[in-house]
Amino acid sequence: MILLKNGQVYLSDKKKFEKADVLIDKKIVKKIAPNIEESKAEILDCTDKHIFPGFVDLHCHLRDPGYTYKEDIASGAVSAAKGGFTSICCMPNTNPVIDNVSTLNYLMRKARDVGKTKIFVIGAMSKGLEGKEIANIASLVKSGVVGLSDDGNCIQNAKLQLNVMRYGSIYDIPMICHSEDYSLSGDGQVNYGFISTKLGLPGIPTLAEEIMVSRDIMLADVTGTHVHIAHVSTKRTVELIRQAKKDGIRVTAEVTPHHLVLTEQACEGFDTTTKMKPPLRSEKDRKSLIEGLLDDTIDVIATDHAPHSDYEKELEFIKAPYGVIGFESAFPVVYTELVKKGIISLELLIDKMTARPAEIIKREVGMIKEGSSADINVFDLKESFIFDENEILSKSKNSPFLGRELTGRIFCTFCDGKVIWEKSNAVQKAPN
Amino acid sequence: MKNTLNLTRRNLYDLDDYSVEEIETIFETAKVMKEINKRDYKKIPTLRGKTVVTLFFEDSTRTRISFELAAKRLSADVVSFTSAGSSVKKGEGIQDTVYTLNAMGVDLYIVRHSCPGVPQLVYKYSGKPVLNAGDGRHAHPTQALLDMFSIWEKKGSLKGLKIAIVGDILHSRVVRSNLIGMKKMRANVVVCGPRTLMPPKIDEVYGAQCLYDLDTAIEDADVVMALRMQLERQTEGLFPGLSEFTSRYGLSKKVLKSAKDDVLIMHPGPMNRGVEILPEVADSDHSIIIEQVTNGVAIRMALLFLILGGKPGREVA
Repeated sequence: MILLKNGQVYLSDKKKFEKADVLIDKKIVKKIAPNIEESKAEILDCTDKHIFPGFVDLHCHLRDPGYTYKEDIASGAVSAAKGGFTSICCMPNTNPVIDNVSTLNYLMRKARDVGKTKIFVIGAMSKGLEGKEIANIASLVKSGVVGLSDDGNCIQNAKLQLNVMRYGSIYDIPMICHSEDYSLSGDGQVNYGFISTKLGLPGIPTLAEEIMVSRDIMLADVTGTHVHIAHVSTKRTVELIRQAKKDGIRVTAEVTPHHLVLTEQACEGFDTTTKMKPPLRSEKDRKSLIEGLLDDTIDVIATDHAPHSDYEKELEFIKAPYGVIGFESAFPVVYTELVKKGIISLELLIDKMTARPAEIIKREVGMIKEGSSADINVFDLKESFIFDENEILSKSKNSPFLGRELTGRIFCTFCDGKVIWEKSNAVQKAPN
Repeated sequence: MKNTLNLTRRNLYDLDDYSVEEIETIFETAKVMKEINKRDYKKIPTLRGKTVVTLFFEDSTRTRISFELAAKRLSADVVSFTSAGSSVKKGEGIQDTVYTLNAMGVDLYIVRHSCPGVPQLVYKYSGKPVLNAGDGRHAHPTQALLDMFSIWEKKGSLKGLKIAIVGDILHSRVVRSNLIGMKKMRANVVVCGPRTLMPPKIDEVYGAQCLYDLDTAIEDADVVMALRMQLERQTEGLFPGLSEFTSRYGLSKKVLKSAKDDVLIMHPGPMNRGVEILPEVADSDHSIIIEQVTNGVAIRMALLFLILGGKPGREVA
């Protein structure tokens, strides 16, 4: 038994904080109450600290199998644990692609063996992510995928995308759409507009996203499928989703910390850690994303954790791959830039990182209440630190936030009642 | 000449981090260099013992030769690197290429690459001053300096001049650097070309006026600069063909009637005669296209001189 003493506890039922103790017994939260006395428990003093449900990440890339020099299940799980994530959903753009049951089984087995953060798998929509034939969706769903996506790629052929949704609709599983029209994004490197003109780099227009989001929303409407729009980046996308929700279409959406906090200005200086898809957009877009969070147009904050090794990323801007890591910076970045500045509430941030993504994958994770599984993290919201490359546990260090001062530091993470990350022996043994 | 500036060991990525005063110092120095270039014995000893590398990952004739001549006339040792025939073909990346060259003792790099931002990378890996000789569509600051110097010589100043730049604005690094420099020198710049060859928000980024009609663009212009039009833009679906382009945006004698009587005609080269500029204009008395090339050597000598240790205003010979 572990007793978390004296922290500010986020109660998932009430969606608010109360000062309380939390008693973890084996895998579950046994009791939440003020001043719990339990002599047999190890104690974690949480005075002045916040106790959150373990975060749930709907969108990450673990690069396993195939690209394990960037990340693997074990390093990804540890990195996630240090970010406070106790459930993560990994994308199928691995090698081989997760479009078949044997690759899926390999991943799920390896995830179990590592036994830290819970790893859920998202299966491919099309075979080999090639956008030509429907993947073995029925088998994948039966074997445990929590969603389907061709993320990193986008099925350009509308008829195939329609059929993927029709075929998959009977399984009631989210179709996670990386919406991008390639004819418009082309070889684009940064946002089309001010920054592409200034840097002389090919641009990715907001239209490349918006036209595909429009299509995907229409397909959701026609097929009745739950469509989840990944990494929303533009103002018009937010408006399209807002309207779709008003119209009763089953659409949800996510936004990444980097799109919430950074703009295209960050690309000046040609730092390849600012290169990702969709690209960092304008301030106007960024503000709309925040509005979307506030009025619930955007349901979830997801990392799109996309590790790349330094020798891949430290190249000519055009040659560098798209994507940034996100687990270990996600919470502190959004907390520092949006919560501390009074733009969104802490309760909202926690909701968007726990209950909401859990609802989308229909798993009983991301909550603190009596009887729930003990997936919990503890943060010190007073502590500031420099986000330092040397402290990153991911195999890759490609973060645009390196060197930034952030507030809100992880203290301890529990998954199924087990400590999966702790700051220098935070948990004190029971005095017998 | 002012003696207060110090350009020693500075990088030149683009003109945005150079002040008006610094640009004028470069012009004044180039004037002296131009005199040297007219001599029978075209050489001064200033950079004796310094090693300069032209690191060209992209084809170039005039810029590379211009830089090489400039360095040689200052008595520097010059090594020419072109990616064709180098270890780059064996897969060596920028980082290792620069480490390798640097290990041999290089004092300054002159860099051309098809990707924007590579000069910054070369500095990151070498720690030696870098002159950008053209990085993708991003910047070509020595071309802009020589263009502005050419105008400055003829007109005494750029202040208040109407300068029209015509053609494929989207793909031009020359335009971008000129827009930054000319705005600093307080010229009024108008860019003109088909809308599909115009980068977005060019007015917002550079404070330049953007027009699609050539006649309006060049009305009362003091300077008109044509840009190279590349045929491959046609297959990219950006414009229908060269003949339509020439009829709408080609500089012909007829068109130049609406510019000022003493208008200067410029082109950064290489020219497509009969496409963006007709021979009647390119070879007219108004044209300073050949002088731009001459000035290019002087400007590059001035930069190398100032960056590699010469003091502004110092007697150079």
